[in-house]
Amino acid sequence: MDPILIFKLVLVFVLFAVSLGIAAYSTYAERKIAGFMQDRLGPNRAGPFGLLQPLADGVKMFMKEDIIPETSNRFLFIAGPAITMITALMTSAVIPWGPEITINDVKVPLQVADINIGVLYVLGVVSLGVYGIMIGGWASNNKYSLLGAVRASSQMISYELAMGMSIIAIVMSSSSLSLGDIVAGQSGWGGMHWNIFIQPLGCLIFIICAFAECNRTPFDLPESETELVGGYHTEYSSMKLGFYLFAEYVNMFISSAMISCLYFGGYNFPGMEAVQGNMGEIPFALICFVVLFAKILFFVFFFMWIRWTIPRFRFDQLMNLGWKVLFPLAILNVLITGAVIIFF
Amino acid sequence: MTQVFFYGLSALAIASSLMMLFQRNAMYSVLYLLVCFFSVAGLYIMLNAQFLAVVHIIVYAGAIMVLFLYVLMFLNLNTPAAFSKSNMLRMAAMLTGGSIFLLLFSAFYRTQLIVMPDPMNENVGSVQTLGKVLFNDYLIPFELTSVLFLSAMVGVVIINKKDKVNG
Amino acid sequence: MQSLTNRSKVVSNKHLSLAERLYLPAIFGGLRITFKHMFKKKATISYPEEQRDHGRLYRGQHVLKRDEQGRENCTACGLCAVACPAEAITMVAGERKKGEEHLYREEKYAIEYNINMLRCIFCGLCEEACPKDAIYLTDRIAESNYQRGQFIFTKDKLVEGIDKSDRIDVSDRRKAVRKGAM
Repeated sequence: MDPILIFKLVLVFVLFAVSLGIAAYSTYAERKIAGFMQDRLGPNRAGPFGLLQPLADGVKMFMKEDIIPETSNRFLFIAGPAITMITALMTSAVIPWGPEITINDVKVPLQVADINIGVLYVLGVVSLGVYGIMIGGWASNNKYSLLGAVRASSQMISYELAMGMSIIAIVMSSSSLSLGDIVAGQSGWGGMHWNIFIQPLGCLIFIICAFAECNRTPFDLPESETELVGGYHTEYSSMKLGFYLFAEYVNMFISSAMISCLYFGGYNFPGMEAVQGNMGEIPFALICFVVLFAKILFFVFFFMWIRWTIPRFRFDQLMNLGWKVLFPLAILNVLITGAVIIFF
Repeated sequence: MTQVFFYGLSALAIASSLMMLFQRNAMYSVLYLLVCFFSVAGLYIMLNAQFLAVVHIIVYAGAIMVLFLYVLMFLNLNTPAAFSKSNMLRMAAMLTGGSIFLLLFSAFYRTQLIVMPDPMNENVGSVQTLGKVLFNDYLIPFELTSVLFLSAMVGVVIINKKDKVNG
Repeated sequence: MQSLTNRSKVVSNKHLSLAERLYLPAIFGGLRITFKHMFKKKATISYPEEQRDHGRLYRGQHVLKRDEQGRENCTACGLCAVACPAEAITMVAGERKKGEEHLYREEKYAIEYNINMLRCIFCGLCEEACPKDAIYLTDRIAESNYQRGQFIFTKDKLVEGIDKSDRIDVSDRRKAVRKGAM
């Protein structure tokens, strides 16, 4: 078999394992961080420091009774969480995890698919994420689930627009739709030519929209377990519910990766050139990978940090923010970017 | 390999669009239409038109069909609705469908495919090529389309404002 | 009306300034506060391994006392059950047989003596009611369980051991009860 194909296959499996592993341990980290921020200890019973907690949670989820409501639409009821999980995992295909390495004299990027429209691919997959929620909510045949699904999907559709607009500004300033090129283009200024310095407003909008797309606080109205009925997954139980909840953490990981790649230089770091000259290709790629991972983990932490700091929006506030503030701001950002590109 | 993919995707597209037509439940129709969109997007990718494929997914599957689903979810369609199918209605449907078919058929018949762009050429479906063609050769149709959308939007706003003006 | 404390605040509904309406400074302020809390001393203790000190007069799980010769003090008079506001105590009285003098101090004793720990509010009225110096609350914490039935503590859990080493010291508690009773 072609060694490059084998390499890509290995990369796919590694990514799969890593995204799921990170998502699993995000649930642990979330509870731990929540504990620390509230002067508590967090889970510490299962294993040393409670490190086996995700396993225990998983086992619990699997052992629970799996209820499929009698009047629900059985096929779609099962398809809902599956679609959510698939779309959550699909995005990682286009994220560049490191610089190019050479295999059999061929330069191979550390990326599953370096398609030339990577950014649009991400937007497309994100826009499909709504289906899992809508289908699940509708198939439950329950008014609360249906309303929850409508609540969730209207939020996601609204924030997709502003998100897309902020990405368009990035595409304009880096003149490429490929995520690999966008990240590679941020290597200037000694590794600090990050897009956040070029697009601060776009960065802010993107991060806010990423929060909304992941259904994280302050935009976690789709679930809002403390005040409304569970939302679209009211009727779900056992591992199907687990999939919905788990997909949120996978989404969080992927969003963090997107934020790091689009605005925080991806695998670029200050003093990169000096390091690159002093070592081989593979160790350098590894360092880059670690750097990117550090950034991603920081943003995962940031997601949690925000969650335990800020209370939830009301639904009308959410819509106002999305349509009347973020969307115009994103368009303004595009206009300014265009003007700067033309006149300077 | 390519042939297998092509026939597979085409069969899927045709089958799913037929299924969409014959479904009694509107919800299923929408989902079959989604499958159809995806197989068409697959065909685009085989033509090396990734941009077109992804935009197809974003616009149709990601935006328009979501809004369709949205409306359908609020209609109580669990029981297959008994649409009133008077003969008049059927005739009208036949007439519209037939005329659209005629229109498309004649357009397709008249078209002469002179140059088949080589799908192996990497630049055929790329954003740059598409952008250049769209904004050089077809600028006026493109802009007219956007004017069409604008007028549609204005229409929507006016329809919604009407009540307020009267009341 | 004048307020009794000076803690009340006058709330104004003034419109927010632009800087306030951006919300970002406020958000960063909030983030700073939560971040600081991450490094503060935790209020939680890991219970079975770490235990908080409690006072010598802590009112925890009951004990049924024996006298110096190892005989049960309780005569099943029922005063504790009457005094109990939560009606947690039930008992069955019986007559002491010949040859059991070394077990029970008086002629009447409790064959069964049950305390429902789910009802008990640990008020200590039973020990005040007891005329025979038989029941006391101790500083032990009533153990938890998974089954409700297990919370009805019977005599085998309540009566202290016969050996001197198994006796439970309640002298402080006894002093406090006496003082309260006088």
